[in-house]
Amino acid sequence: MADIQIDELDLGTSRSLWATAWLRLRKNKAAMVSLGVLIIYVLIGIFGPMMTPYGHDQTFRDFTREPASLERYPRVDEIVPAAERVVTRSRLQAEEIVLDGDTITITATSRREMDERVTRYIDRSDIFSNTRILEMSDDNLRVTMQADVNRYLFIFGTDTNGRDQLARLAIAIRISLLVGAAATVVALAIGVLYGAIAGFIGGMTDNIMMRIVDILYSLPFIFFVILLVVFFGNNVFLMFIAIGAIEWLDMARIVRGQTLSLRRREFVSAAEAMGVRPISIVKRHIIPNTLGPVIVYTTLMVPKVILLESFLSFLGLGVQNPLTSLGLMISEGSRDIQGTPYLLIYPALALTILLFALNFLGDGLRDALDPKDR
Amino acid sequence: MLRYIFRRLLGAIPTLFLIVTTAFFLIRIAPGGPFDAERALEPSVLANLNAYFHLDKPLYQQYFLYLWNLLQGDMGPSFFRRDFSVQELLAAGLPASITLGTLALLTAIVFGSILGCIAALRQNSWIDYTVVATATFGITVPNFVVAPLLALVFGVWLNLLPAGGWNGGAPANLVMPVIALALPQVAVIARMIRGAMIEALRSDHVRTARAYGLPTRMIVVTHSLRAAALPAVSYLGPAAAGLLTGSIVIEQIFGLPGIGREFVNAALSRDYTLVMGTVIVIAVFVLIFNLIVDILYAALDPRVRYE
Amino acid sequence: MTETILDLKDITVSFDTPDGTVEAVRGVNMQVHQGETVAIVGESGSGKSQAMMAAMGLLADNGTATGSAMYRGTELIGLPLARINKIRGAKITMIFQEPMTSLDPLYTIGQQICEPLQVHGKLSRARAKARALELLELVQIPNAAERVKAYPHELSGGQRQRVMIAMALANDPDLLIADEPTTALDVTIQADILGLLADLQKRLGMSILFITHDLGIVDAFADRVYVMRHGQVVEEGPTDQIFNAPSEDYTKLLLAAEPEGEKAPVPDTAPEVLTADDVVVTFGSGGGFLGGKRREVKAVKHVSLSLHKGQTLGIVGESGSGKSTLGRAILQLLPATGRVVFSGHDISGLTPHQMRAYRRDLQMVFQDPYGSLSPRMTVGEIITEGLLVHEPGISGKERDQRAMDALRAVDLDPNVRRRFPHEFSGGQRQRIAIARAVILRPTVMVLDEPTSALDRSVQKQIIALLRDIQQELDLSYIFISHDLSVVRAMSDTVMVMKDGDVVEQGPTQTIFDNPRSDYTRHLMRAAFDLKSVLREHIELTG
Repeated sequence: MADIQIDELDLGTSRSLWATAWLRLRKNKAAMVSLGVLIIYVLIGIFGPMMTPYGHDQTFRDFTREPASLERYPRVDEIVPAAERVVTRSRLQAEEIVLDGDTITITATSRREMDERVTRYIDRSDIFSNTRILEMSDDNLRVTMQADVNRYLFIFGTDTNGRDQLARLAIAIRISLLVGAAATVVALAIGVLYGAIAGFIGGMTDNIMMRIVDILYSLPFIFFVILLVVFFGNNVFLMFIAIGAIEWLDMARIVRGQTLSLRRREFVSAAEAMGVRPISIVKRHIIPNTLGPVIVYTTLMVPKVILLESFLSFLGLGVQNPLTSLGLMISEGSRDIQGTPYLLIYPALALTILLFALNFLGDGLRDALDPKDR
Repeated sequence: MLRYIFRRLLGAIPTLFLIVTTAFFLIRIAPGGPFDAERALEPSVLANLNAYFHLDKPLYQQYFLYLWNLLQGDMGPSFFRRDFSVQELLAAGLPASITLGTLALLTAIVFGSILGCIAALRQNSWIDYTVVATATFGITVPNFVVAPLLALVFGVWLNLLPAGGWNGGAPANLVMPVIALALPQVAVIARMIRGAMIEALRSDHVRTARAYGLPTRMIVVTHSLRAAALPAVSYLGPAAAGLLTGSIVIEQIFGLPGIGREFVNAALSRDYTLVMGTVIVIAVFVLIFNLIVDILYAALDPRVRYE
Repeated sequence: MTETILDLKDITVSFDTPDGTVEAVRGVNMQVHQGETVAIVGESGSGKSQAMMAAMGLLADNGTATGSAMYRGTELIGLPLARINKIRGAKITMIFQEPMTSLDPLYTIGQQICEPLQVHGKLSRARAKARALELLELVQIPNAAERVKAYPHELSGGQRQRVMIAMALANDPDLLIADEPTTALDVTIQADILGLLADLQKRLGMSILFITHDLGIVDAFADRVYVMRHGQVVEEGPTDQIFNAPSEDYTKLLLAAEPEGEKAPVPDTAPEVLTADDVVVTFGSGGGFLGGKRREVKAVKHVSLSLHKGQTLGIVGESGSGKSTLGRAILQLLPATGRVVFSGHDISGLTPHQMRAYRRDLQMVFQDPYGSLSPRMTVGEIITEGLLVHEPGISGKERDQRAMDALRAVDLDPNVRRRFPHEFSGGQRQRIAIARAVILRPTVMVLDEPTSALDRSVQKQIIALLRDIQQELDLSYIFISHDLSVVRAMSDTVMVMKDGDVVEQGPTQTIFDNPRSDYTRHLMRAAFDLKSVLREHIELTG
């Protein structure tokens, strides 16, 4: 009789499923680009508001509804007329205005006597600062002043209150990411705990717990959230809870399904037959194997949560001015789409790109971790 | 079958009761009252108002009174538009909401199914990629972004369609709201049908159909589409909920007189009775819709029994 | 020489996968003549099904076929869909392994049988219906007039396969391709289905091409055999010649892979290690907390057994006989009533906590070598998990040493312990599962279908391994299997179960050579004397 050989082992490099998944993810270009985009967003969220030249709540009354531009405001040919307006507003008569680079020299007369305080009128404008008197006539009716010209860069324009859209965008990204992360953590915690308990205990407990989830599913939940937010005030903390309270349902179902199917897998039976304690079974067998789907679902939950926050903010129920979020900015931007379309387009673009990146990354992770084609 | 429907309707009563109760107490225990905003009300006027709306009674009495009236089909007068009862206000808002919702749902089902099918049958072709890309766009971009952008492009720049308003439900006024409302659902359904269809086309029983020389039309329509429709049918429940949510912003953006807008305004102004009324109407709608979906599912899949 | 109806020349099939191109079939030549039964035999991955799928134009999307497949002078490879559809389902028909998934769950079986009749035979709806009924009667479905309106999920596995056969016969085909049609069925039902096929062939005269891994079926059923391995035909010839005078090593190896030998019974003086008395397991279904009737099914009904030191008790039965349930109930992994005594200690009804002390002595090996190893743990972690519970004091270094010893004991390279289960083949995984049990040096092992998911040749290795380990460690086995030849090779006493009852119990030799009950006899014949069963079928109806 021919001897039967044991099929030979390939003793090459060994890889865990996590390592294999990471390798697969790295091959997925869309997911990797998305990961890069997300990192940029997170960096903007953390450091952006510190690095923008103006504060998100700083208003420039001279520059409301300025379109987005790479040129500095005011433009060179606007400076002298602006100075004339300032002089007129200060009840002076401009005699001569000379612009020389970043400084402007104004010679003006007045019918009344002036003193040093005249410079304050000029400084009141956003454009001019550091005004000093070069020469004052003896009768104090004629003055020559020199002021620094401030020119501002609003690459995304300004809103109706003259706030820099760039600064607002940076803070909005921070808020949206923050809400997204925090509400996801809330939903994750409730959902995983609830689903794991239902799935692991099984039987009647599972039956009742899932029945509750079914009933909650059939409720028009978003309306309750709106009620909650309206009646208990616009509190960012409350919003985390409200959003988390909706989103945990899906997570609970997924985790419960996973746990239940894992309980039926033979490796769990094998561990039980070996006398392994339930807590160790959960730790060594259930958790590592549920982690994949949970990670994937969490990645896909973040955009949903951000969307929900934007939705509430859009209705004016979320974040309040002067703080802002992408949803609120879109809402404000859509008020006058004819006059100021850029107020809509930039935040809409920012939100869209963020959501795209999160969705692509989630899809990529799912493909990488999917046990189906393993 | 009829027994099943009856049992399900019976089962919906506790759910509805739960919704009414939760909503009622949620509103009432919140700080602040409906007349806080109307400043400088004379104490006597305020007392009259409170008495008129039974706000002077203990909370549990208000609750039972409300339930009692509700059972008789009376949702009470609106707190702010005091000449109207809640029923009248809802009746005024329903036509716009139902028209919008039905059209959006039909659009979602028809376009979603067609796109999903085509993509599945032409898997990995440019048509497929286009559908998948569009679907990803539809799922990703929220309708409160799409709606103003549509209004900007077609209403303002191209001036093809009215940028807002109801206008008695004129078709031109409906086009953009329906598209904006339906788009996310079109996308989800298309993606679902595509996935389910690809799976069905690879299934063993389709292999059998091919092995028995059945024409392509039969393989696709009889043996794949029905199976592929199942997940989409069970998605219709969540889809309806999505449309309801979406209608809140769409009605606001396009200035349409629907229930969604009514709800938000009522909530913001603490119009207790009107809020309750809208919540009840929406809940009833959702419950009935879920029932229809279940019946439809059982009709499509013989493995499911009416139990 | 009769006419050749199907002629495959130099068929190759390759699949595009993410890991590169895989060649499933590499240059196969085959012929099927008028009226004959040809078998293609091979182990999993030999490409035996794909060659036929290629000829029928049924390859998966990522597959490509080259070569030539002639059906009565028509080249099938590359034939336009409209033309190949004239042949598929009319001239050449197929039945498949999984009768559950091969039928569309959403339509009645009547509707599904009518479809090819209407498409190919151009029959009207009413006439197709009448013909469908005739066909169901032909394949001996009881109550055909009623069953025609049934959905696939309402039928048993055997009945579903009969429905598939009815569909296949609908248009009087020249050739019926049967792709492992009985693999998913119990042996007695397998014998019935094969009997039906043999009988129908005799009456209708079509050719049958039978794809299988089971040599027993080939011997009983086929006129001619092709043996395939790694995508190539290794040997071909008339059945008698292949079985009596195989020329190729691989064929010899396959024939020798039938488990053989017997285990010498242990003397009666050997001490009793485990007894079970009047074990009953009841499963409840239905009855949620919203009411509804609760149905109770007794999966194991009043079963008693005893196991001596060094003994192997084989438990045999078909699906649903309660044999696996009994195994788990003995190990207290399921709630059960009755008394189970292990080494003088009553262990029935112990809490998991109390039971833990006995777990190390009572080990279990499962059927599915893919499901029984935790996918995210290394082999080392998997086999030493039991040590963490039962010998918590020992150092990590010592655990590692023990893991290496256990791997050596199951003939695996100790270096594999840092690898993950998905990197191993089925047989290797089963070795790992055995190592996990052996590392604890148990007294009793319950083996639940440990070889059923494996190819015959691998099966034989695992059986040899289990025997060696038993000798070395003086183990007692409870060996659960539906496979009679494996049970015969492993056990010294045997218990036959059916529907939760013990039908018969006794020494292996007695049960196999002189079965007393009808059921056991039926089982034995279906498994070991398929030829006479088929002959009987043909005589009965012919």
